[in-house]
Amino acid sequence: MSQALVQLKNVKKSFGPVDVLKGVDLEVFAGKVTALVGDNGAGKSTLIKGLAGVQPYDSGEVRFDGELQQLHSPREASALGIEVVYQDLALCENLDIVQNMFLGRETLKSGTLSEAEMEAAAARALQSLSVKTVRSVRQTVSSLSGGQRQTVAIARTVLRDARLVILDEPTAALGVAQTEQVLNLVRRLADQGYGVLMISHNLYDVFKVADDIAVLYLGNMVAQLETAKTTSNEVIGYITGIATNVKEG
Amino acid sequence: MAEKVILQTGHEGGVKGQVSAYFSRLKGGDMGALPAMAAVIVLMALFANLSPYFLTEINIANLFVQSAVLMVTAMALVFVLLLGEIDLSAGVTAATGMALFVKLTNTGWDWPVALALGFLVGLVTGWVLGMFVAKIGVPSFVISLAFYLGFPGVMLIILGSGGILRLEVEPIKAIMNVNLPVWGGWAVLAVTVIVALVLSVWDRSRRLRVDLPVRPMIFLVAKIVAYLVVGGGIVFMLNLPRSLVAANPIRGVPIVVPIVILLMFAGTFVLNRTRFGRYLYAVGGNPEAARRAGINVARIRIYAFMITSTLATMGGLMHISRIGAVEAAAGKIIVLSAVAAAVVGGVSLFGGRGKLFNAAIGAIVISIIDNGLGLMGFPAGVSFIVTGVVLALAATVDALARKRAPGMRI
Repeated sequence: MSQALVQLKNVKKSFGPVDVLKGVDLEVFAGKVTALVGDNGAGKSTLIKGLAGVQPYDSGEVRFDGELQQLHSPREASALGIEVVYQDLALCENLDIVQNMFLGRETLKSGTLSEAEMEAAAARALQSLSVKTVRSVRQTVSSLSGGQRQTVAIARTVLRDARLVILDEPTAALGVAQTEQVLNLVRRLADQGYGVLMISHNLYDVFKVADDIAVLYLGNMVAQLETAKTTSNEVIGYITGIATNVKEG
Repeated sequence: MAEKVILQTGHEGGVKGQVSAYFSRLKGGDMGALPAMAAVIVLMALFANLSPYFLTEINIANLFVQSAVLMVTAMALVFVLLLGEIDLSAGVTAATGMALFVKLTNTGWDWPVALALGFLVGLVTGWVLGMFVAKIGVPSFVISLAFYLGFPGVMLIILGSGGILRLEVEPIKAIMNVNLPVWGGWAVLAVTVIVALVLSVWDRSRRLRVDLPVRPMIFLVAKIVAYLVVGGGIVFMLNLPRSLVAANPIRGVPIVVPIVILLMFAGTFVLNRTRFGRYLYAVGGNPEAARRAGINVARIRIYAFMITSTLATMGGLMHISRIGAVEAAAGKIIVLSAVAAAVVGGVSLFGGRGKLFNAAIGAIVISIIDNGLGLMGFPAGVSFIVTGVVLALAATVDALARKRAPGMRI
């Protein structure tokens, strides 16, 4: 088996007396969608925030491309190529798609914004993901639907040279058709060689798009399964804690 | 060679496609400065019919001079309004800076040094306001209200018991009271048109270089022609003799006009074409998104307040140039009128939306109402009431338009 893009080993995190992550192992591969599932309070968000550098882990090993890494700030994570799309998307509604995609990383030429160059690059990034639902790259985000906004947020990570894209419940607030659009986009992202880690509560989505399913239960990684070799009943069993004997504490 | 772009960018299509796209944006509620520009035309037609003095050369020249202070103050406020903040003290800060300036020159200081210190008052006040808002978290309304209440006291102390000091610096008085020679007005127009043309052609060539579609050339030509017609008309009119006393001819573009144009161009350049400008809009739209994009939100806020107070001080300078003195009550009313001007012109008080041009055009609307009603012999009270009604109307039109559909920007 090829080397994992990201490898976590025995990662721990506690908040005061509460152990949220109790020694988690996880592997995410480039070109694959890994779904991270688990009930509320299982530690999914904490695991993500550690990878994003927002809330560093207390202990444990993080390998990126096989190299041991310390993730202490979002900047360090971003420098490695780890980008997170949070549920609230963090888009400015008053700015257009190009401006949002380049926010904080505008390209400049003699001190002024290179609008044309950025516009072309943004259009190219959207095209590379076969995005066809957007009417114009100069539309303001306020005029976009939920699915289109998600698309812009995901395409932004591509522009930032992401290698691992972490998606926090990308379909949570979407209707049926838009969910379909976003899932297709997630699939294309992986097909183009990006590693994708997707938090989801929706097993239908997970089985539709994921290659691997990692299940967290009360701070333990109780299973990392290949989607093709498992069933939703088995996954539900792991999520609810019925399928395994989890050591407490 | 980059891959050919097939996604739309808003620049596609011929004249017909562009025009229909423009109207669909208007229907979408993105009217920008259009209502205010329409108001300018309607008001000018109205007052031209109602008063024989309105369209006289001397009144048009007066209108430009009268509206300059309001215009500059309104443009100054745009920088904080874009963040969804407000600076109620912009007017009194400017007045205090100018009180210091006049006091120092009257006690023998070199006027350039005194002027620099006056502007320093604005710069430092903006910095302090920004620190209170961005670092401590005091609402800008409250902290600027504190300055609004406090600064007139500082002015009284500076100005002494008389509460007024005469301005004796001729170059400063010239700003509002001296006109450019006839050729100077044409030179200002030429420079303005050339700058606009160069910027447009530059943008166009950059788009072509990366293989992006561009709008039909006719739009660029139309824009330049519009500049030439409107600007040329104004310069022509201001170059006609307008004195009521034949023995003392007055003609030419007032010096303040190129100053206001320069401020507007420079400010618009910063807002549209620099990283700082982009970040102002971003912070105004969604501070959390801006923070996560790596933008130093606090620094942007502090800079915005500094620009607002400093630019407002420029407005204060024009005010004392016109009045010929600085008085203790200065700067209290102007800031509220300036907020009204910005809103009438289409700047959002909620942040993230508006341009300097909006503020300027809103200031012209308010100035025309004031000037026109005054010419017709109405008391000042009527002018205040009408201004209030116009503000309410503008805010209502904007709210209704935005309710219908979210906008699209090009």
